[in-house]
Amino acid sequence: MQHERLLGIIESILFASPQPVSFERLCALLHEYDRTEIREALAVVRNRYRDPDRGFCLEEVAGGWQFRSNPRYSEYVRRLVPPKRGKLGRSSLETLAIIAYRQPVTRAEIEYLRGVDSGGVLKSLLDKRLVKILGKKDVPGKPLIYGTTKEFLTLFGLRDLASLPTLREIRELETSDGEQVPLPLENVTGRDTLSGEMQAEGD
Amino acid sequence: MDLTGILPGDDSSHGYSVRLELFEGPLDLLLHLIRKNEVDIYNIPISEITRQYLEYLDLMKELNLDVAGEFLVLASTLLQIKSRMLLPRTEEEGDEEGEPGEDPRAELVRRLIEYQRYREAAADLDALPRLGWDLFTRGAVEEVERQGEQIPEEVDVYLLVEAFGRLLASIPEEKLHEVGSEQYRLAERIAEIMTLLESDPFVPFSTLFPETFDRGYVIVTFLAVLELCRLRVITISQPLPFGEIWLKRSVDCAGKGPEEPHDAT
Repeated sequence: MQHERLLGIIESILFASPQPVSFERLCALLHEYDRTEIREALAVVRNRYRDPDRGFCLEEVAGGWQFRSNPRYSEYVRRLVPPKRGKLGRSSLETLAIIAYRQPVTRAEIEYLRGVDSGGVLKSLLDKRLVKILGKKDVPGKPLIYGTTKEFLTLFGLRDLASLPTLREIRELETSDGEQVPLPLENVTGRDTLSGEMQAEGD
Repeated sequence: MDLTGILPGDDSSHGYSVRLELFEGPLDLLLHLIRKNEVDIYNIPISEITRQYLEYLDLMKELNLDVAGEFLVLASTLLQIKSRMLLPRTEEEGDEEGEPGEDPRAELVRRLIEYQRYREAAADLDALPRLGWDLFTRGAVEEVERQGEQIPEEVDVYLLVEAFGRLLASIPEEKLHEVGSEQYRLAERIAEIMTLLESDPFVPFSTLFPETFDRGYVIVTFLAVLELCRLRVITISQPLPFGEIWLKRSVDCAGKGPEEPHDAT
């Protein structure tokens, strides 16, 4: 049946791909089929793996679809993996959080927020490809500006930056409209804290 | 933490200057003090907090820890705020209507709150199911093998520093400044502690010290415990606030870790 076949095709592609495959890419690959068919088929495939007992399910991550193993069985899967854990230390997580929520952001801004030198952490995050240099800020000194990558989204299972856990408001700060604290080095031409356009792009 | 300069087999610990990436920085220390004193962050008793902060820096120097520049910068900021607090807020500082100038603590409070937000955000990120640990994709296993690096377990260094501070304080005055007649070797101390842990995966802190001890002994023990934490051979915990600190032997490669002792919550 044509329909069954499409389901199988989509499954195969998603299985074979080490990276998440976006809907657009699927449509481009499967030019014999139209978008509606593909969209519907994708939903059916997704449903097949919805059972919480299954070994893996289909998730939308970093703007694409990917099979991901069930966390419930992580202990067993980990036996495949060498015992050491690629853990992220607190400095890395803090710096990542700042970059994720505040991108584009400069090193000086990061260091102001953390209160410590962040050169080492930044280099480590760059090496891990969790952050990348977006360009240079148009101010004296032309400092580099940083943002998160697609790998960052994939690592944490996020569909996009908007899916980041909401930044908790501890209490309203001095600025009554709840704006974020202006940083001393901020460009006068204000920028969004979490601009919609800042989708982490592939390389 | 980066304990560069600590090599097993080196001589006495007295000469060590340990460079720690201290507790994520001065803001982290300040938040710790604010929480510890249970004060309102919007109404920080600057005098007292400054005093404790400076005391902490002294203690860190006593324990041969390098105090990074940022800590000193914040120290002077605190002192500045403290002195401004003592002055009446004049009209010149404020706006044209004669309103008093901003509370000298305000900017610091803003920074602390902002820092706290990102700390919590970092914890939220950490809690998300992580690729390569909680779940896997095609190629993830190879990826982990490639990327997995030993990142030292974050240790509550405050607990250790405070505990050792108390120990140093308990040494009678005359002994405190004696040049140690004993030359303590870090490697030996580490080995001694490991031996204790071999027979019992849970070792209370108090058993690390004999009846009498001198300053050198405290320092070499402190460095030994830190090194063991850094190597992730042990973790430390304090189940009851201000209670006994426990050293726990970590999970070994073969299987599960030891069971928790009964009084651990």
